[in-house]
Parts: sequence; C-alpha cells; structure tokens
Amino acid sequence: MSESARYVVYAVVMLLVPLMIAGGAGLGGTRLLGQLQDRYGPNRVGPFGVLQVLADGLKLITKEDWVPPFADRGVFVAAPAIVLSSVLASFAVIPLSPGFVVADLNVGLLFFLAMSSLGVYSVALAGWSSHSKYPLLGGLRAAAQMLGYEVFMGLSVLGVVAMAGSFNLSRIVEAQRHLWYVVPQFVGFLVFFIAGLAETRRIPFDLPEADSELVAGYHTEYSGMKFGIFYVGEYAGITLFSALMTLLFLGGWLGPILPGFIWFFIKTFILIALFIVIRAALPRLRYDQLTSLGWKVMLPLGLLNLMVTAGVVLAN
Amino acid sequence: MMVAFWIAGGVAVAATGMVITRKNAMHALLYLVVSFLALAVVFYVLGAPLIAALEVIIYAGAIMVLFLFALMLLGLSTRHERQERAWMRPQGWVLPGLLTAVLLAELIYVMASGGPGAAPGAAPGPLEVKDVGMSLFGPYLLGVELASILLLAGLVAAHRLTREDPEDELQ
Repeated sequence: MSESARYVVYAVVMLLVPLMIAGGAGLGGTRLLGQLQDRYGPNRVGPFGVLQVLADGLKLITKEDWVPPFADRGVFVAAPAIVLSSVLASFAVIPLSPGFVVADLNVGLLFFLAMSSLGVYSVALAGWSSHSKYPLLGGLRAAAQMLGYEVFMGLSVLGVVAMAGSFNLSRIVEAQRHLWYVVPQFVGFLVFFIAGLAETRRIPFDLPEADSELVAGYHTEYSGMKFGIFYVGEYAGITLFSALMTLLFLGGWLGPILPGFIWFFIKTFILIALFIVIRAALPRLRYDQLTSLGWKVMLPLGLLNLMVTAGVVLAN
Repeated sequence: MMVAFWIAGGVAVAATGMVITRKNAMHALLYLVVSFLALAVVFYVLGAPLIAALEVIIYAGAIMVLFLFALMLLGLSTRHERQERAWMRPQGWVLPGLLTAVLLAELIYVMASGGPGAAPGAAPGPLEVKDVGMSLFGPYLLGVELASILLLAGLVAAHRLTREDPEDELQ
C-alpha cells in the first residue's frame, strides 16, 4: 500500500473508531449508571439494549431541526460543530500502536492542548447565541471554568514531558518501557484526571449544564441532531481523555502477550468506566468551590510536581 | 507546502478585514479567532510548529476566551449594533484608509527593492521546542525575567483590586 493511501486509511479509522466508542460509552454509561443506582437502565432494544444507541440516533435525526427565531443563527449552528471537530481533530495525534498514527507530530501533546482550548468556544458560543438567560449563564460558567482549569491541565502533563524529554506521544509511550509514569507522576496523573473531568464538563464539574438550576445550561435551546452532537461530543471527549491518560501515564500499547492495540483499548475502556462511576458517586461542586479548587489547590500542586520532577531529572 | 502558506495567508488577511468591518462585536471576535488559526498554519508551514501551537493555545484559546467572557457579560444588543453602524459611515474611513495606504506603499517599496534581507540567525530546518527553550533561557534570559516581573506586578495589582475590604462593607 502506498504511503498516502495508508494515511487515508488511518484517518478514516481514527474518525470512525472514536465515534463508535463514544456511542458505546454513551450506552454503557447509561447501563452502568443504572446498575450503580440499583435499576436496570435501557435494556429493551435488542440484546442487552445494545441497539438503544441506534434508536436514539434515529430519533434525533428524524426530529425537526429547529433554530429559535431569537437566536443568532450562524453562531447557533456552528457551535455544536466546533465541539465535535475539535475533539476529533485531537485523535489525529493519538497513536494506537507503534506507527499507527495519522500525524506523528513532534508537538503532538501541544496540538492536543491547542484543540482542547478551542473546544470551550463551542459551549460559550452555544450559550451566547441562544439569546436566552439560562444558556447565557451556562456559557459564562463554561468560559470561567475553562480559564481556571486549562492552566493546571497544561502544567500537569509537563512532568511527563520532562521525564520523557519529548512532546511526541509515541516517544512518551516508548519511554515508559520500564515503568509506567503513573508511579513517578502520580500527582500529575491525579491533576490531569481532574482537569479531564472539568474539560468534558462531567459531574462534579458539570456547572455549565447543571440541569437542576439552569434547565439544561448552554444547550437548553438545542434540539434534534444539534443536541445529539453535543451529546456525542461529550462522550468523544471522555474517550479522548481516557486515550490520552493511557498514553501519558499507563504505558499506552505496552503490555505482555496481547497485541499492542488490545492493551490500548483495555486501558482506555477502564478509564472511561472510571469517568462514569465518578458521575454516579459525587455531587456537583458549587461555582466558587470549583474556581478556588482550580487556582488554590490544583495549580500549586501542578507547579510543585513540575519543580520536583525537573529537579530529579536534572540530578540524574 | 507553499499552497498551504498562500491559502492560510489569504484567510488571515480576509478574516482580519472582516474583524474591523463587523457591526456585531461577537462576530468580529470570532473572525479574529479564525485569523489567529490561519496565522498558526502560516507559522507551521514556515517551520515553527512550537510557535504555531502556542499561537492557538495562548492567543486563540486563552486570551480570546477572556474577550469572549467580557463580551458575554456586557450583553451587547441590537441598540449597540445601530450605534456601531452610525460610527462606521464612509467618511470615518477616509483618514485611517489614507494612513494605511501610506504604510502599504512603504511595505511594497521595501519588498520591491530587495527586502530587508533574511532574518539574522534564521534556522535552516524546522525550529524545534528545544531550540526555542535554549534561546529563551540563553541570550534572551533578561527579557524572560523582565516579562515575569511585569506579570507578577499585574498579579499583585489584581489581588489588591479584588480584595474584600472590611471597611467598605461598613459604609
């Protein structure tokens, strides 16, 4: 197979697989949440309810595609597209196994940080363009939340970069041959995981959505497939963060006996399940608690972790 | 790669033009974000992937989000759009247009007469993360330290301005 044809195949795989995992995670999430709350969850459509995702998708596509007359039409339509495209673009730098990557950038990790910092536009603009009070409050919260956690998210991965000596994700995985970075970089792992929860707007950081106070927050005015894209974007974001944590802290495709990509998927799925279990376990934080947690606890922790790591790397 | 450079450059110029002609501040801001993204592509094509990534993370991702936050708090309405339209009458464009034309003529003259020459010390290959770090903490160390002092001053000022003063509450 020629070089460019190979990359086209990689690109198609990296577009479809995350979407399929996101759909699966959406269903698995509702089933798992149901079990955790002592109920069945959706189990009627197909064996074990596996066709529920398909039924939901069909329903969303066939619904009326409605834009409120008071909304800023162009921005309103663009907002859901931004969230999904920024998440899917990040998958271009994720290596599934040695060599299986669409764009093996030297600044791969920075590319991910850049794309995730663009994702917040989707939520903030959805809130603003709806021209209605609850979405606006949700959008404002999203923008403030993003300013708080983006900083320590960048800091938390710098310890890994200092140890591996590269921003390239494949090289970061190869550097973990002897020891997964979750052991020496446990603080970084913890901080990054919390940043991931905030970035994907999951409980306990789902303030922009907060159904009990803001109706549905930033996507109150959305319906049909536009709402569906926000939903898929959220689960694709969880998949992205799980894949990235696997690469940065859990040794990516490294593992005995089984082929590399199987190990990659096992670790990613375990982390996705962890995201969902946390949703069932924790209540929502208050707005000021979130901000002070970000600036007063997570940021100093990330800085301290980076300084200690840099000192150890220098001493060796 | 040159095709990508010209397309991205064209997008950057067109988007920046849209920024200054929009009546709605939020639309202008979005065009500015597009302009930054196009600029990031230009940097990448020119062989500076780190600068391209930082352009997106810092300018498009952080600073513009602050602007967005402020605009959302202001709650601009159609009344402001009318006001903006009144300000942007053709006669308002004459003087800025003249000044810009002078600058453009100067730029064309400089480029036509051979250009200022290649930037001193320009790297022949792509600029890696390490090169940027080495020059920041080597020859430009003083600049980095001065910038950090400036940021610290800003931080202290912001802390003072937002401090809750018990005496204010009594009044």
